[in-house]
Amino acid sequence: MFEKEKLDQLRSARQNWEDKVLSKSLSKAPENKTEFKSGSGVNVERLYTPEDVADIDYETEIGYPGQYPFTRGYQPTMYRGKTWTMRMYAGFATAEESNERYKYLVGQGSTGLSVAFDLPTQIGYDSDHSLAQGEVGKVGVAIDSLKDMEILFDGIPLDKVSTSMTINAPASVLLAMYIAVAEKQGVSSDKLRGTIQNDILKEYIARGTYIFPTEPSMRLITNIFEYCSKEVPKWNTISISGYHIREAGSTAAQEVGFTLADGIAYVDAAIKAGLDVDTFAPRLSFFFNAHNDLLEEVSKFRAARRLWAKIMKERFKAKNEKSMMLKFHTQTAGCTLTAQQPDNNIIRVAMQALAAVLGGTQSLHTNSRDEALALPTTDSVTIALRTQQILANETGVTNTVDPLAGSYYIEAKTKEIEEKAMEYISKIDELGGAPRAIDIGYIQKEISDSAYKYQMEIESLDRIVVGVNKYQVNEEPPKGLLRVDPIVGEMQKKKIEDVKTARNNEVVKEKLDLLKKACQGTENVMPFILDAVREYATLGEICGVMREVFGEYEQAVLL
Amino acid sequence: MRPIRVLVAKPGLDGHDRGAKVIARALRDAGMEVIYTGLRQTPEQIVAAAIQEDVDVVGMSILSGAHNYLFPRVVELLKEQGVDDVLIVGGGVIPDEDIPGLKKAGVSEIFTPGTTTSNMIEFIKSNLKREL
Repeated sequence: MFEKEKLDQLRSARQNWEDKVLSKSLSKAPENKTEFKSGSGVNVERLYTPEDVADIDYETEIGYPGQYPFTRGYQPTMYRGKTWTMRMYAGFATAEESNERYKYLVGQGSTGLSVAFDLPTQIGYDSDHSLAQGEVGKVGVAIDSLKDMEILFDGIPLDKVSTSMTINAPASVLLAMYIAVAEKQGVSSDKLRGTIQNDILKEYIARGTYIFPTEPSMRLITNIFEYCSKEVPKWNTISISGYHIREAGSTAAQEVGFTLADGIAYVDAAIKAGLDVDTFAPRLSFFFNAHNDLLEEVSKFRAARRLWAKIMKERFKAKNEKSMMLKFHTQTAGCTLTAQQPDNNIIRVAMQALAAVLGGTQSLHTNSRDEALALPTTDSVTIALRTQQILANETGVTNTVDPLAGSYYIEAKTKEIEEKAMEYISKIDELGGAPRAIDIGYIQKEISDSAYKYQMEIESLDRIVVGVNKYQVNEEPPKGLLRVDPIVGEMQKKKIEDVKTARNNEVVKEKLDLLKKACQGTENVMPFILDAVREYATLGEICGVMREVFGEYEQAVLL
Repeated sequence: MRPIRVLVAKPGLDGHDRGAKVIARALRDAGMEVIYTGLRQTPEQIVAAAIQEDVDVVGMSILSGAHNYLFPRVVELLKEQGVDDVLIVGGGVIPDEDIPGLKKAGVSEIFTPGTTTSNMIEFIKSNLKREL
């Protein structure tokens, strides 16, 4: 960014400062530590100067917002035009209770919905399955059939809200249910806006709610890309997720590298399935974590945006600029929340949310203070939402686009993360791509090494966690945590019975047979799933058919 | 003296295994023999593995809230198989108010977020039910 002559001048000025000013200061007052590390454990220099950004060309590497390579943001005006979507992830117990929580959040100024499903739903089991025992309604809402989905969105007009659904292995089924509910509300599918997570690769890597082996999973995903590009054009068909990779213990650069490597695998699969890159790539979206180290995180978001733009343009020869834009949702880091002194989590979340906003996120979920203990109560969720509203309305950080750009540290760090992430992508390319790297356990092993290192740093006090390994107090256990009544499991079982009595079981069987044939062949399965869903075939029945044809994934465990 | 044998298990459907893996490695680094079951184990599978591997300790990790059902079920099944000399511990996102009930059911200790691996190692070493 600077002329050679100017740099020479700066270099000698810096030498002068080090000799005359710095050394004197250090001899009188040495620094607290011999090494300073970022949240990801990367060395941080004492001072960043123009020398650290000398080889970064402003025009081609940083540029202008809304323009390739999108380092400064994907829209030209960013939050001056539209504040990020405040999208709180919520869902628990039954569809009735979750529907109430959604209406409450919308009433409090939440601008998008985000559905959390319980584990049986995420793994394609009905609530009456033996493996669902003890899990129904616990970490999200239980959805067994279209009936539950109708209740979940009762009184919520689907042409007015955008809905994100954290659903992966059975994403096709839940999307079909959403489309069917919209039909019943008289809303055609071309008006639907939202996102399904639909990112199976990170399930194998980090989150564990997979069902099928990698190959049929990739087919289901490309089937969704194809179906939506025609029928649900405003829908984001995948949210390629680094969030869980980071929660599993990765560093910031690993989060970017592994997530974009997954993204590359999806683009490859879709192209291999015959789709043109510019027809589906504009509907790809991403999901990142906002961890504790504010400046490292801001740099991470900028690095991810720039690297993805380059990958789409140079590797996949995308022509449409929209295909090169990395749009992303952010969630504050659940793994940083402490069960000790839970109110401190409010401050952690505020700082992490600030990082997301300074990094240019399109939508944001802020975690609640009590999440290291249980699902959040209404009070905690309200504080978490207010945190975003204060950031948006009171702090002034939305007034100018990408305000930290040009900081010597931020630009140097952005470049460093981009380069490290690219090294991981090259390594994964060498191994044969993300699905292969996952099957042999490479990505999982890299992450678990980082997670172990992080934990050991906490135990050796190299990393301070306030209230946990320093500044501890004796405290009373917190009161008033949200608890999901075990009766929810029974209620869901009863609902399934009622649905099965009321529907036309012969037609259901017919639709499931047709779905089975489609799965065995090469057709797009989406229309068949939609037909089955409309007749109230349950999630477990539909996934059961697919399990029969596709088989199940077996985890590779490397300690 | 032979090394302590530990089964680290993830019962239920929850796929978050960062804690389980970190602990498995820490126990191994402390000289124990560790078997990790992988995800989505039923109580029946965990008990079968514990017996087959002849472990001294079963450690289970759950974040999903299903602990009140799954932990006691493992204890119960072990008893049914006539095994009462295995130390059983659990960990994860578990509200304090659930801990007395779980201990009563036969889980010797519950490790909640913020516990160090060294605490856990110490607990296991001093609470084994079998002679080494």
